[in-house]
Amino acid sequence: MSDDVAEAGAEAPTNDGQRFDRLPETPADREVEGRASRAEVLDWWNERFGIDPDVFAEYSFWEKGAGKIWVFNGAATDPSEVEAIGMTFLRTRQEHWKPTGRAVSRFGRRATENVIELDPAQAARFAAGEDQDLPEWDGDWGYLIATHEVAGESVPIGVGLYLYDELRSVVPKGSRADLPVVE
Amino acid sequence: MNPLDRYESLVDDVDAFRAACDRALPSVVRTNGIAATPARVREAFDESGVAYEQADWHDGLFRLPDGNPGGNWPYVHGWTHGQEEVSVLPTLALDPRPGERVWDACAAPGSKTTQIADAMDDEGTVVANDNNLGRLSALRHNAERLGITNAVVTNQDARNFSTKPLAFDEFDRALVDAPCSCEGTCRKNPDVLDEWTLDHVHAVAGIQKGVLARAVQATRPGGVVVYSTCTFAPEENEAVLDHVLANEDCELVEFDLPLDTDPGVTEWEGETYDESVTRARRIYPHRNDTGGFFCAKLRVGGAAGDDAATDGEGVGA
Repeated sequence: MSDDVAEAGAEAPTNDGQRFDRLPETPADREVEGRASRAEVLDWWNERFGIDPDVFAEYSFWEKGAGKIWVFNGAATDPSEVEAIGMTFLRTRQEHWKPTGRAVSRFGRRATENVIELDPAQAARFAAGEDQDLPEWDGDWGYLIATHEVAGESVPIGVGLYLYDELRSVVPKGSRADLPVVE
Repeated sequence: MNPLDRYESLVDDVDAFRAACDRALPSVVRTNGIAATPARVREAFDESGVAYEQADWHDGLFRLPDGNPGGNWPYVHGWTHGQEEVSVLPTLALDPRPGERVWDACAAPGSKTTQIADAMDDEGTVVANDNNLGRLSALRHNAERLGITNAVVTNQDARNFSTKPLAFDEFDRALVDAPCSCEGTCRKNPDVLDEWTLDHVHAVAGIQKGVLARAVQATRPGGVVVYSTCTFAPEENEAVLDHVLANEDCELVEFDLPLDTDPGVTEWEGETYDESVTRARRIYPHRNDTGGFFCAKLRVGGAAGDDAATDGEGVGA
């Protein structure tokens, strides 16, 4: 990675972590080293969770910070002097891209793959930020969308990381909640 | 002194006013329509045994007599947001539509920004501004928790707000939910009465005039500006409107709110205000058993192709 940056040379634009820059449409349009393209982001959600790229047709995608991707549904041309546009969506510039819990809460109900349905007790533990043994899961390892049933419908709770028969809750500390088990 | 004393001459039933101000308010949550319907929230509360009472004037508002508005699944899923009942009013008066460009000039911590985005179906652009960076982080947290994707967050002094970072240079609608003396929140936070000073009233009134004037300037002809506070002080309400009416191209318009209200006052401590300030609405705590509030709706002047201030008349729950 560091070699790639060095080879890119002084002329190439680099990522400025302090401002929002729109993602290039495709890898061929990429000017900033390491920046994900819109096409790659949509492909990733489609491949990982089965969410159709059409869901995001009206949204624009932006990078601020090292690999932090934001999703935005409003009008913007040069939002370099604003504090935020839309919401945080995806962490890139790392081997395994990680969806944000907010993105999963907002868009995760459309997911068809890598969704793990939790029972009431498991859901309460997950929301509290606890890791738990779930050897019965026989799907992919990595980032999953954890859901549970609320009043007859499946609802995403957040992002879990599944490794070695264990589901780790990656719900951020500030979003954890102690909730009663709702049978 | 207790600042409530000075408003006794404005209310019809002083005893009822003072008694209401002494009673604590219940926790209230507003349904976030981007994530759920009021019916879904009700089902989820029923399923998990959360006690609630639906407000009779707004089907998306639930009073929670046992408190703890954050300790249930609907909150964790971003289906609900804790918000005092009267705080819902300015967005109803603003009546934003999907696809519009809306400015929330004093936005943190974001209750009204997120309600505006909800009313817009998360389509169009809501610019949430606040001069306090710390409070903006609370706004960002709330907006993300509720799944808002159409907000731009800015950190400027609203009095000389620049549209330069935006993709447009005027708004269809603007909300000035101004910083104020907050006596209307005394049922939640009685400390506001102890901290009240007349010097602060005069200081904050100057800021309010500056922000409201800028909001009128930044809104297109025919567009809407809503001014709201949670104070009873005419210096921060009708006097601010009177100042902006005299200095900017705008007028106050009649509008309906789904609660019992009183008209704005045209005289206070030797001052007189433009007669049209009676179109503003005062919400006293004893009328509807709520917090206190003030809300006014202005139409921005000039030639307008599309008059946002009078179309729809859709102010309601």
